[in-house]
Amino acid sequence: MDARQTGRRPRLAVWKFASCDGCQLTLLDCEDELLSIAAEMEIAYFLEASSAPGPGPYDLSLVEGSITTPEDAERIRHVRRVSRRLVTIGACATAGGIQALRDFADVREFTSVVYARPEYIATLERSTPISANVPVDFELRGCPIDKRQLLEVITAFLADRRPVVPGHSVCVECKARGNVCVLVAHGTPCLGPVTQAGCGALCPAYNRGCYGCFGPAETTNSGALNAKLRALGMSDPDLVRVYRTFNATEEPFRRASEEAEGDA
Amino acid sequence: MGIKRDISHTVWSVRGNAVMDVVTRSLEPLIAALRAAGYTVVGPTVKDRAIRLTEISSAAELPDGTGDVQEPGNYRLTERDDGMVFGYAASPDSAKRFTQPPRQTLIRSRGQVIEEVEPEAPRIALLGLRACDLAAIAVQDRVFLGGRHPDPAYRRRREALFLIAVNCAVPGGTCFCVSMGTGPKATAGFDLALTELAAPHRFLIETGSERGARIVAAIPHQAATGDDVAAADEVSRTAAGRMGRTVDTEGVQEWLPAAHDHPRWDDVASRCLACTNCTMACPTCFCSTVEDVTDLSGDVAERSERWDSCFTLDFSEVGGSPVRGSQRGRYRQWLTHKFATWYDQFGTSGCVGCGRCITWCPTGIDVTEELSAIRYGTEGPSCIR
Repeated sequence: MDARQTGRRPRLAVWKFASCDGCQLTLLDCEDELLSIAAEMEIAYFLEASSAPGPGPYDLSLVEGSITTPEDAERIRHVRRVSRRLVTIGACATAGGIQALRDFADVREFTSVVYARPEYIATLERSTPISANVPVDFELRGCPIDKRQLLEVITAFLADRRPVVPGHSVCVECKARGNVCVLVAHGTPCLGPVTQAGCGALCPAYNRGCYGCFGPAETTNSGALNAKLRALGMSDPDLVRVYRTFNATEEPFRRASEEAEGDA
Repeated sequence: MGIKRDISHTVWSVRGNAVMDVVTRSLEPLIAALRAAGYTVVGPTVKDRAIRLTEISSAAELPDGTGDVQEPGNYRLTERDDGMVFGYAASPDSAKRFTQPPRQTLIRSRGQVIEEVEPEAPRIALLGLRACDLAAIAVQDRVFLGGRHPDPAYRRRREALFLIAVNCAVPGGTCFCVSMGTGPKATAGFDLALTELAAPHRFLIETGSERGARIVAAIPHQAATGDDVAAADEVSRTAAGRMGRTVDTEGVQEWLPAAHDHPRWDDVASRCLACTNCTMACPTCFCSTVEDVTDLSGDVAERSERWDSCFTLDFSEVGGSPVRGSQRGRYRQWLTHKFATWYDQFGTSGCVGCGRCITWCPTGIDVTEELSAIRYGTEGPSCIR
């Protein structure tokens, strides 16, 4: 039964897996709204904010980070078991994150270069999103996530409604914000046309191209965008790099980088 | 102010009628008079390496000596050495942002109480609109005010706008207003229309409304001579010969919808990003969606309207999936509606020939080229002059 209907505050948990903590910080950055969240929900488990973990089960779990170790692969199953709703927050939890670059290489080679005693390192060959391990109820994109979108997801959970998180391209937000198109007017490479909105077109607002932090939009045509980016002077290795950042293994971005790599 | 009448027929006087054209040397008094009359003046300025419509307080902020080069998927500013203030083609900004804001709150509810949200209708004088922009406003007037359900918020915003056209002297490489019959000379729908004259540098002003006449009366001016009027006519005649593109729309209402299965749709879909830039930049594309949100406490709910596009999947979502799932289908829908079925719906073309969809398409899809290819095949007459 809905926690609100029973008259108790729903219990919130925030979990960290392989990640930089930036998305959890977005929750703390809510500042003014944080008190409202605390009024509506019991913040039961949030180690980044409090070292006093409350026991489960939880009504809403926000999960940051990807699964990169055998221990985490077990732990996420526990999180799922104790959570009524599970929402992934950020590119790591939703798409594997920057650490999924290991998927394009040999992780043992990396550990042998980075660590003095690589045999002590227990790591998985791939960095996988939470959804590859357990069922998730909603995936919030971004590196990091957007504060307004996080509040919308929490609010929608409380109201038991669908969150307003559109899947269209960054261009929609960019034009609504009144930015001039950096691709067309400046010749600045921009992934906006193939990237999902949510950031409020932050980078183009400061005359920079979109880095694709929010992952692929609902429909993408990276072949057509790559032709434009090549015309602007990007080399194939450049193209491979722009798609292989925080959402490298998301299928449309993976295909886009592989298409560029194939041509290289 | 507030002249109560149907604003789709604001032509109050045209050249040759009682009100004489006048000539002024500086736009400073015009801007000052508009501000004194309570208008925020929004005009062209150079910002972020483009000509943008932004609030100005002085003629010094106008883009003197700046031109532009426009081609499919490409826009660059250039320097001019002729001292022209309005020596550029269509700005990325049209009047749409002011007639139809990107987002507006429609209703708000607190608990069980529904509050009507007063629509914002700031008094804005838009300086530097082109004939294509005025034509686009006339199209939007039909969309929002025509039919059985006129939009009162649109009407309020629209009535609060004071429109100052500047006749286009230097059309861009993607312009085709002559083909669409909308320009380059502004003939209706303005409060004032300026034509920039050279040697000596001055502006011929035509008056299109009573409130326009009141502003003219408040600024230093001389009566225009026959030579001034002839010089202004020559500016528009020369501009008409400089269209970057042409399009043949004869019979388009028949042949375009009939081309439903044309192979060109697959071709254009391979180049289309479905990014929505064409529709967002278009001064007549009016589609919006409605979003409902609540606050954390659940006490306050808000319904807002925001720009949407027929290129998003949500736009045609019915019963959980989009009706037009393919890029091919969405591009076909947009182009067919814009040039053909818009007539069935609103009695006019949806295209005014401003060329923004061509310039601001990141991959440079050119509607004139697509229409030509559909009608004549790729070996047919070129749309590019």
